[in-house]
Amino acid sequence: MMAASRKMLDQEPSDIEMLLPFHAAGTLNARDARRVEEALANDPELARQYGVIREEYAETISLNESLGAPSTRAMQRLFAAIDEEPERKPSVSVSLSARISEFFAKLSPRTLAWSASLGAVALLLQAGVIGAVLVKNQTASFQTASVLNESSSAPITRDFGVAAAPPRALVRFAPEARIADITALLDTYQASIVDGAKGGMFRLQFGNKAMSKDEAAGLLARLQREKIVSLAVATP
Amino acid sequence: MQVLYGRHHVRVFRFGLRLVRDEQVAEDLISEVFLDVWRQAGKFEGRSAVTTWLLAITRFKALSALRRRKDVGLDEETANAIEDTSDDPEVVVQKKDTGEALRKCLTALSPEHREIVDLVYYHEKSVEEVAEIVGIPENTVKTRLFYARKKLAELLKAAGIERGWP
Repeated sequence: MMAASRKMLDQEPSDIEMLLPFHAAGTLNARDARRVEEALANDPELARQYGVIREEYAETISLNESLGAPSTRAMQRLFAAIDEEPERKPSVSVSLSARISEFFAKLSPRTLAWSASLGAVALLLQAGVIGAVLVKNQTASFQTASVLNESSSAPITRDFGVAAAPPRALVRFAPEARIADITALLDTYQASIVDGAKGGMFRLQFGNKAMSKDEAAGLLARLQREKIVSLAVATP
Repeated sequence: MQVLYGRHHVRVFRFGLRLVRDEQVAEDLISEVFLDVWRQAGKFEGRSAVTTWLLAITRFKALSALRRRKDVGLDEETANAIEDTSDDPEVVVQKKDTGEALRKCLTALSPEHREIVDLVYYHEKSVEEVAEIVGIPENTVKTRLFYARKKLAELLKAAGIERGWP
């Protein structure tokens, strides 16, 4: 035994041998732990050394536990030093999020539940008000679902209100017209495109108010004289 | 901070005390360690366990304290002489308490060996964590612990205790 021990002393330790203390402390990864387990099962000399290590492990814990704990003086000294530290200013975003978190953390679960319920009621009220405003502003009309006008994809509507429709025209722009030119023309005439380019024609609407026949004719005549307009015809 | 202190101060104190071997110094040490933690909290990146970070700071502070103490003329041998008032290992063996002899020999190890034994056995740190705390390569952690254990066996043998290894 002594000869074997001396021999071991003179030799460089094997990798497994050096892992034994970590195995005793349970800090090896699964792969190394398995390697050590297998080696221990097959090597009685290693198993004996492991027994010695377990003893060292237990006594090291015992020794450290016997050292006791620091007095409250250390804690008092620490917190006095912290109090003397200059106040640290966290970044605005951190501060804001921290304050929000802190605010919600202060609320009890019951208060939070009530707040959530009140929030839901407020949302419903808001939705109701918005809905009422929209219904009030809408002109009275109905739409038939069965008839489709071949010449226009616009729905057939019959207005019960007094408002007449603003004038509309089908316009074909000249091939050299640039987007900027078209945009400028739309601005000048307070026009908007209400239907896409079918056969190169755009349906434009002029303003939001109805015009007399003469006003509409004058507007159309002006439009026809525009350089970038190659065709403009009145349309419902 | 109070939670962090409450959770870790005893281990930090014991690790420091094993290194500096003076309760007053160890108490001063933990105040300094946790104050540093308070100041550097923003620098903690969470890549390692909090205890690993704390022990690394403690070790650094303990070594600084030891250096200061040497400067004022109290070397380690003197410190050992002050602390070791109980029976030496041989006397302990005569009392047939192997456990106590082992604890005595653990105390008699060099600071380098003491810290590695404590970190692995008591603080249950892995090879990688010890390497991070002590600032040495992982292979050195393993070999240093092996030689610390060998030294422990020699001390025990000198005290008349044979354990079958090495």
